[in-house]
Amino acid sequence: MELFINQVLAGIATGAIYACMALAVVMIYQAIDHLNFAQGEMAMFSTFISWQLMQWGVPYWWAFLLTLAFSFAGGILIERLLFKPLAKAPILTNVAGFIALFAIVNSVAGLTWDFTIKQYPTPFGSSPFLGSQLISTHQAGMIGVTIGLLILLYLFFQFTRIGLAMRAAASLPESARLVGINTSWMIALGWGMATAIGAIAGMLIAPVVFLEPNMMGGVLIYGFAAAVLGGLTSPLGAVVGGFLVGVFENLAGTYIPGVGNELKLPIALALIITVLVLKPAGLFGRPIVKRV
Amino acid sequence: MSAIEEVANEAPAVEAVPKRAMTLGYGTSIVVLGLLVIAPMFMKNFIVFQLTMVLIYALAVLALNILTGGSGQFSLGQSAFYAVGAYTSAILMEHVGMNYALTLPIAGIICFGFGFLFGQPALRLSGIYLALATFALAVAMPQLLKLGVFEHWTGGVQGLVVTKPDAPFGLPISQDRWLYYFTLVVSIAIYIFSINLLKSRSGRAFMAIRDNEIAASAMGIDVALYKTLAFGVSAGITGVAGGLGAIAVQFVAPDGYTITLAISLFLGMVVGGVGWLPGSIVGSAFIIFVPNIAEGISKGLSGAVFGVLLFLVIFLVPHGARQVAIVAQQLIGKLKKG
Repeated sequence: MELFINQVLAGIATGAIYACMALAVVMIYQAIDHLNFAQGEMAMFSTFISWQLMQWGVPYWWAFLLTLAFSFAGGILIERLLFKPLAKAPILTNVAGFIALFAIVNSVAGLTWDFTIKQYPTPFGSSPFLGSQLISTHQAGMIGVTIGLLILLYLFFQFTRIGLAMRAAASLPESARLVGINTSWMIALGWGMATAIGAIAGMLIAPVVFLEPNMMGGVLIYGFAAAVLGGLTSPLGAVVGGFLVGVFENLAGTYIPGVGNELKLPIALALIITVLVLKPAGLFGRPIVKRV
Repeated sequence: MSAIEEVANEAPAVEAVPKRAMTLGYGTSIVVLGLLVIAPMFMKNFIVFQLTMVLIYALAVLALNILTGGSGQFSLGQSAFYAVGAYTSAILMEHVGMNYALTLPIAGIICFGFGFLFGQPALRLSGIYLALATFALAVAMPQLLKLGVFEHWTGGVQGLVVTKPDAPFGLPISQDRWLYYFTLVVSIAIYIFSINLLKSRSGRAFMAIRDNEIAASAMGIDVALYKTLAFGVSAGITGVAGGLGAIAVQFVAPDGYTITLAISLFLGMVVGGVGWLPGSIVGSAFIIFVPNIAEGISKGLSGAVFGVLLFLVIFLVPHGARQVAIVAQQLIGKLKKG
């Protein structure tokens, strides 16, 4: 039982990271109907920036805030420069664009900060949480930040004018334009927010997986799995999906014989495919109806 | 509209290419073929080897092109089928002692089966979801190849070494050259098969599905069958390419078939022009030579150069090499008139 609870808690903690990544993926998917394959690399780049700031002597939380601001601006810039012109292009062209972005960001990060593994500080400390051996303060912090983020996003989308405008632009762009919403900028805003959320995920997971240019590869796939599981149209679904994938991954690794650490990733992927086949809209997503 | 339903006016995944524009004219084809036959006679073995790799990747890109340009589905998981083909050939050659040429059809058939089976669940997915599912397949493949269960056959992490075949009948050409011509013959055969496939009834069904799935099913096309068939054919050709790749490189190991390979093939297709079969060889040359050149400029820069070039292609010539070819054709036409 001890082992079970331990695995579930650890799963929830890593699930928090997947949830953050999934949130970022869903944010962009809502805005432009595309999966951002470069999301993980963008998050990794943001994390490197915060690391660099800290190397220059900026305290953690200042570095954190500066990185968020930088990522937000960076996301908007990328949308304006690279993806706005592709808005009308076929899906294939967009996928190629995301892959190109992936290659560029990965390579530039490698050139600037090289591929050696770096330590990354945690703001919460790594002692046991509230005297319990089951979960560390960093893990508890990750869960707390993710839930806090979800609440903030909920408040933003439900109770602010901009949030409402963004939802309108995402669900019915033509009508939104007619009532005077600048849908183009709403999309850019979505990119900015997604990049900032990705940065949070990167900065939270860096103490666990260590900092290096390829650190987000696996995380991004789990993030996709989480987003798909929860439904690509639902931020709440993304977070729930993230926690579910985290727990499922850990339990499968522990209890299914022969899975171990090697097969955790394929298991997560099998999960994506199974969910897509059984319930393409995901657990919380809205089914998409095609008009003929 | 109720709040629960969301109506999607989906843009087509791929832009339509008219059937006639899929191939080169006869004259151009013969010139290209002539160059491919003659060129290696005057080159060093290493360059011949690289040309062989261009042909092999061109086959894999061609396979992806049939899937995407033909039936409008796309895949970021071709590396998985390539790996299965490569391992099939390697295992048959090294453990069973089979002749290398015979392993290729077997690799093709096994991959066809895999592709067809993978196509079944993929039926319910479209566009971006399919990209995601196949992406997952590509990421999982190296892990599966490393599994202890298959280690006796696959050699685990170390992989398998494959013997390079000699030229038959005591022909006085080097192994590299022989392999090049062998690959060339296989490639031409598959190229002709692909063209005929796309021009056939099945090919027209693929294209109807690509352009409008609902209209296609209304016309009586068995959408499920043809979609899985496209996956199977594409996987089968990729498998043959994988087998050839294993023979040419003389080595198979799980880390040779990562998502990077899948992405390269995808890029090759985009650069070559989606739906334009001759573009496969242009795209394949791009993915083989550009990283080398970029690596030559600055170490570690290849990813960035790759990405920037790709963005340039997307923005300037969204139809890839096909567009360049059309522009060139028009220029030549103007010169002739003038």
